[in-house]
Amino acid sequence: MLSPRNNPDLLSLLAKSPAIDQTGSIERVARIQTRSLKGAAKLRGLRMALSMIDLTTLEGKDTPGKVRQLCFKAQHLHDQTSDLPKVAAVCVYPSMVGIAKKALGDSGIKVASVSTAFPSGQAPFSVKKDDTLFALENGADEIDMVISRGRFLAGDYQFVFDEIAAIKELCTSARLKVIFETGELDSLDQVRKISDLAIAAGADFIKTSTGKIQPAATFPVVLTMLGAIKDHFDKTGQMIGMKPAGGISSAKLALQHLLLVKEVLGEAWLTNEWYRFGASSLANDLLLQYQKQLTGKYQSAAYFSID
Amino acid sequence: MSNTTWNLDPSLESTALVQIKPQYELFIDGKWQAPLSKTYFDSINPADETHLAKIAWANQADVDLAVRAARTAYTNVWSQLSGAERGKYLFRIARLMQEKARELAVLETLDGGKPIREARDVDVPLACNHFFYYAGWADKLLEAFPGQNPVALGVAGQITPWNFPLLMLAWKIAPALACGNTVVLKPAETTSLTALKFAEICQEAGLPPGVVNIVTGYGDTGAALVAHPDLDKIAFTGSTAVGKQIQKACIGTTKKLTLELGGKSANIILEDAPIDQAVEGVINAIFFNQGHVCCAGSRLFVQESIATQVLDKLKFRLQSIYVGNPLDKNTDIGAINSKKQLQTIERYIQLGLEEGAEIYQPTCELPSAGYYCKPTLFTDVAQSARIAQEEIFGPVLTIQTFRTIEEVVQKANNTPYGLAAGIWTDKGARIFGVSQQLQAGVVWANTYNKFDPASPFGGYKESGFGREGGLHGLRAYLKFPN
Repeated sequence: MLSPRNNPDLLSLLAKSPAIDQTGSIERVARIQTRSLKGAAKLRGLRMALSMIDLTTLEGKDTPGKVRQLCFKAQHLHDQTSDLPKVAAVCVYPSMVGIAKKALGDSGIKVASVSTAFPSGQAPFSVKKDDTLFALENGADEIDMVISRGRFLAGDYQFVFDEIAAIKELCTSARLKVIFETGELDSLDQVRKISDLAIAAGADFIKTSTGKIQPAATFPVVLTMLGAIKDHFDKTGQMIGMKPAGGISSAKLALQHLLLVKEVLGEAWLTNEWYRFGASSLANDLLLQYQKQLTGKYQSAAYFSID
Repeated sequence: MSNTTWNLDPSLESTALVQIKPQYELFIDGKWQAPLSKTYFDSINPADETHLAKIAWANQADVDLAVRAARTAYTNVWSQLSGAERGKYLFRIARLMQEKARELAVLETLDGGKPIREARDVDVPLACNHFFYYAGWADKLLEAFPGQNPVALGVAGQITPWNFPLLMLAWKIAPALACGNTVVLKPAETTSLTALKFAEICQEAGLPPGVVNIVTGYGDTGAALVAHPDLDKIAFTGSTAVGKQIQKACIGTTKKLTLELGGKSANIILEDAPIDQAVEGVINAIFFNQGHVCCAGSRLFVQESIATQVLDKLKFRLQSIYVGNPLDKNTDIGAINSKKQLQTIERYIQLGLEEGAEIYQPTCELPSAGYYCKPTLFTDVAQSARIAQEEIFGPVLTIQTFRTIEEVVQKANNTPYGLAAGIWTDKGARIFGVSQQLQAGVVWANTYNKFDPASPFGGYKESGFGREGGLHGLRAYLKFPN
């Protein structure tokens, strides 16, 4: 196959992506992981993490009933504990957007919809476009699109860029999260390159994974993406959001991610406007740890509803 | 969330399992012996200036007793043992150190001011690893030096610095004992406690009396040790100034000498480097252990095209460096080891300002008691500036830019020292091209301050001679009669 035709401007943009050293990235992360969160700081971190969750269900077997349950949980994480934050959003397939939108009402919780033939992205653009429009017409506040990983790996950067830009154009008022599926990309250099590409193409958020592939949101990958966001901000003053997704199921991991954000990007990103966790089971561990911080005792997991 | 800062709460390591005696005697011939000098000095915690213990101050007569004990132990016991037997003792010591790792780490932090994170994750595990490593060599010396008939030297006098007290003790004692020597060790006066704890470990391990002797004291104790006529070897780690005195004192004697001295190591970032990792590497190179590291990357050279970006990133990174109580698990930069050293560093910072360099320090609050220094960057530094030429031994980085590789190699080598260097580039060929031209005992590529017992360490030029660590480290404690 002939090598793909890329616009020279795009190529010169990507040529500026700095090299990423994997060993150094792992060490940087290890250093963050030795940080110790105690007392009020831990409590605050747990609350922050709760407020940043995109409570997610992305199963073939999802039913309207399941989605309504999830939306109720999103608004009532644990009513036995007073003054808990709500999650940021509920994340569903396009077919469930209308149901979620209705169930969440005026709670302030956003509805995010995956789109563009999630999770593989293996569909013609017309299908991806319709997929996105359907979600938007049903009221999605946020679109989580997947990139065409095959095209990216083949070096067809223009195709990937154009696709993101075209979807972004559809999202007139919705925020666009671009999912890289980093578990399918080869190296941190590739992660950095796609981050720079997606940001240039108009991503509001960059997101690691679909949750369907392992490995997902590993720390070195997240660090690399945060680095791209930081460099973009330093250059343009524009903030881009970050959403790690997949495998972040414990409070400990979530807090380490937040510390990473704090040190790499700064505290401006520590709100659910700029940072999200894509997770289905994280909330309950955060609640369990929150109760432990408040009362000094661990509760049984049975005291927390599963959805 | 809210607009207030998400500050980390204190997370203090417990000191409950550390027992510090009110007074320490000298460890000679396997016993605690009151000093003939009848004098003691105070050891204080540099983090809050509180008193930790009274420590015996050995004079010449005390040193003489220790050397005699070491000589007797060498002649009667240690030289009679097989390598395998010596190895067993070393393995036992290594395991006991591991068992007491937390206690040793807390003690190191209390006595010397280094962050508990580093004492716990670097100093103590590495010290244990050195004993394990050299324990393995004890019965393989013939294989290490085939056909060379390696023989122990006899009695070694060893003087260790205050920056890595236990680790430097391990670098000195482990190879010496593995090769069949006995030792008299003098730890630095501000950091004696882990050496004295090590003496307890030797007792617990059943090490024959006199094989390891610890004489505590100031420089005069060290001078008495160096001058003792019945030593076969002097090993010293410390300043170049003291190293020169020691070398003079050893002239005309049969003492073998190894010196591991100061440094002013260059850390070089080329324009194609992985920048974020390089910035992190610079932080690690200069602020590790408050910059009290002989191989600290204290001179940063950045290629012009990326200099602004690197500097901006360094400044931003400094905002999330925690300076404060070394016992806090989140502390990155702990206490300066002593008031004297703090004054030295402050003098150099003042000098840098007088030399016209531009200073940057983050806005962080320092504890009111104790000895602390903010991490400090100097830009617009001339090659001829004293802050770029002299070892500061503190958290102070000088930053210079360069255009060509030829220029940076010249500047990096333009120093009386030659201990270490760092090179950051994404191109493998450049790593080899540049590192071959650098006069430094160690050149790290895309990393810094990495140590392993299997890897030799030592300097060029005024950074000393002889190697510690690895197979090379054995050679320093052996002679080869035929």
